[in-house]
Formats: sequence, structure tokens, C-alpha cells
Amino acid sequence: MAGTAVRGRLTWQTATVSSVADETARVRTITLSVPDWAGHRAGQHLDVRLTADDGYVAERSYSIASAPGEPLAITVERLDDGEVSPYLTEDLRPDDEIEIRGPIGGYFVWDPPGQAPLLLLAGGSGVVPLRAILRHRSRTGSSVPARLLYSARSLGEVIYQAELAQPADGVEVIYTLTREQPPGWSGYARRVDQPMVAEVAWPVARAPVAYACGPTNFVEAVAADLVALGYQPVKVKTERFGATGGG
Amino acid sequence: MSPISRGFHRRHQADEPAGRVPPGQYVTKDFPVLSAGPTPHTRLENWTFSIDGGQTAASWTWTEFQALPAEKVTVDIHCVTRWSKLDTAWTGVSLDTLLAAVSYDAPYVLAFCDGGYTTNLPVADLTGGQAWVAYSYDGGPLPAEHGGPARLLVPHLYFWKSAKWVRGLRLRDVDEPGFWEMYGYHMYGDPWREQRYAGD
Repeated sequence: MAGTAVRGRLTWQTATVSSVADETARVRTITLSVPDWAGHRAGQHLDVRLTADDGYVAERSYSIASAPGEPLAITVERLDDGEVSPYLTEDLRPDDEIEIRGPIGGYFVWDPPGQAPLLLLAGGSGVVPLRAILRHRSRTGSSVPARLLYSARSLGEVIYQAELAQPADGVEVIYTLTREQPPGWSGYARRVDQPMVAEVAWPVARAPVAYACGPTNFVEAVAADLVALGYQPVKVKTERFGATGGG
Repeated sequence: MSPISRGFHRRHQADEPAGRVPPGQYVTKDFPVLSAGPTPHTRLENWTFSIDGGQTAASWTWTEFQALPAEKVTVDIHCVTRWSKLDTAWTGVSLDTLLAAVSYDAPYVLAFCDGGYTTNLPVADLTGGQAWVAYSYDGGPLPAEHGGPARLLVPHLYFWKSAKWVRGLRLRDVDEPGFWEMYGYHMYGDPWREQRYAGD
């Protein structure tokens, strides 16, 4: 598990909102203009700091949704009992300023060109850093085959739906809709389980690398399933979040 | 000067006693899980805890470890991802007990774990009743996703220092970064000084 050392102080920078776009009823992508952004790797996250007029400060981490070289964007899911995410998804407007610092995290990242087939496993808004990986793959002309298994409660909760409907060459997107399916739905319609992961996963012989991001239960399940299929644990990178009530 | 976000305000009224929650943290009742890879499952008959790198070494099997004097502690824990959880109840063996079994003068350790995870700590932060190898949480066995069968418990540092699935300590003369420390997280990780990332 050796990695590239990341050194140097992360300082807070003022970012200006250049646009906001609703992805679903609860999810919004916020594109930021940051004059001194040092760049990032696909899969990393950043910290957001909001300051209220009474001086109260709150910080949260969000996955970066954009590929390296694109205008910096985060995609935020509103948590009803959250503090920062309701503001970011409902109140924030273009030209508003917020503070950010990053990029953060050097393990859950993918760098091109890559040789190993990519297996991406998303639970809900866990798709965000995986979307950054897919965009980076596409923008850099990488030809590694990629599969995304995306578990969402319903089609209406699928983030980046239009974009994922037209995947780049060599990319397959496979959905499972766990609660509600549209009429005529032919995809999976259950929570991820071992048979589903076995059907979707690249054979071990192809030396794939897997990235799983989502709620704890989802990530625990798919990571265990992949190890049971023979994936080396070090080739299964995970990023997990629970409903902590804080976002 | 930080820009003011108009319309943004505190939603969670702090109902904890002052001084319980470090800066930049919020209290959760849940117990979130964060790990870089799959949860390892080591059979107890294959589990050992060892301390090496000093003048003498020591190792315990699971059965031997269970026979060591155990302590019950209730502590607050603080994750670098900003959640804090108050009054968590653990049972484990004090690092004072474990380190007393070896002879050493090294000032640092690298904790090593199933799954390849490592984290670095000063010995001074492990002794004096500050740290344990915990195998019970909230009255039951420590669940695997929370680091079972046993994890480090160093509650006065950010919780990534409380390495899950810990299998031993390697005493070291120099403080070399562990897993997250290599990726830019702070070498020491004091939540009260918000030492989240290198340079904080």
C-alpha cells in the first residue's frame, strides 16, 4: 500500500461559484472558479468552509466531480438534517464566494493511462468521484475498459443520468434500482449482492482494479463480494460514508 | 477575511458541555465506517499481537491476549472527517501493560494491521493510561467493520491513529509516516489543534 507522498500545507482559498446545476431533486453540481487551484487527481475530495454572519463556521468534505483540467466542480447531496449540504444545494447562487481547500486524499485515485480494467461500484451519491474517474479516462484518451455498477433507489435519484446514458467507448454502465423501477425496466432491481457483483465484475484473470464508493453497507457488501471472487484486497479501493447527520 | 455566506447559520445547537468537542467537529450518534479497502477477516486462531523493533520482542495469541488484565474505558472519539462521538465504551488491554513486556528505548512506533494499514505514533502518546488495544465495543465483541477483532484506541488523537485490525507495533527510532500520513494527513493528528493535514 505504498503511495506517493503528498506534502505541503493546504491553505484555504476563496472560490467563486460560476454555476449551479440540479442533478436530481436532492443533488446539485456546483462549479467553482478558483484562481490558484493547484489541480487534482480523479477521485480526490476537497473541504468546504462556510462562515455565517455571526462568525459561526462549518466545514465539510465533498468529492470532486470534475476531471483534472476541467473547471473544478463538486456534486452535493442534500441531507435534510444536515447543516452545510442544505445551504449548498438550496441557497448558494452563482457569484457567491465560499472557501475551499484541497485536493485531499491520495489513495482513492485513478491516473491514466492505466492498464487494469476499471470496475467502478457506486452507491447513491458515491458515484461522484467515480464520475470524475470516467471523465478523466475519457478526456485523456485512455482505452482501459471500464464498467460502472450504479445502485440507486430509483431512476429519479440517478445522478449524471444524461451523461451516463451516453458512455464513452469502452465504458459500460449497469444500474440497479433498489426501490422503484420504471415500467419495462430491464436492469437489476435489488440491492447489490454476490451474484450481481459476480456478473458485473471483470474476471480476476484480467487483473482489474476496483473502486467502490457509497454508504457503509453498500461498500462493505461489494468489497467483501469482490474479495470472495478472488480480487486482491489491495486492488479494491473503498471510500465510505454513512448518514452521519452532519453533512 | 473569510467571505460571509448570507443565509447560512448554525442548525445544530451544541448541547454538549463546553470543551467536549474539538474545533471543526460535530457530534454524531452514529458510528460511521471509513476504511481504504475491504474489511479483513482474520480467524482468531491465526491472530497474534506482537511488539518488535526494541531490544526484546513480545507476542500474544488471542487466548493469551484475553488473559491479560483488561480495562473498561469510556472516551470521546474524533474522526478527521469531522464527526465526533461522545461516551464510547470499550474494553481492552492498556498499552502500558503491553509495552511493559518488552525492553526498548525507541521514541516512536508504527502500528501495523491486517489489510496493510499502518499509522505512526509517538510512544509517549501510547503510555500513561492514554491508549489501549480494544477488543470490545459497547458491551459486545468489536465488529469487523469497526476494526475487530481488535483495534488501537488512542482517543486523544484523530481516530485514524486508532488503527483498525491492528496486529502489532514496530518500535522505531525515527517518526516515519504511516498509510494516511503518506497521503498528506498530519503526522501527529491532535484534534484540539485541528492537525488534519500536513502543515496544519
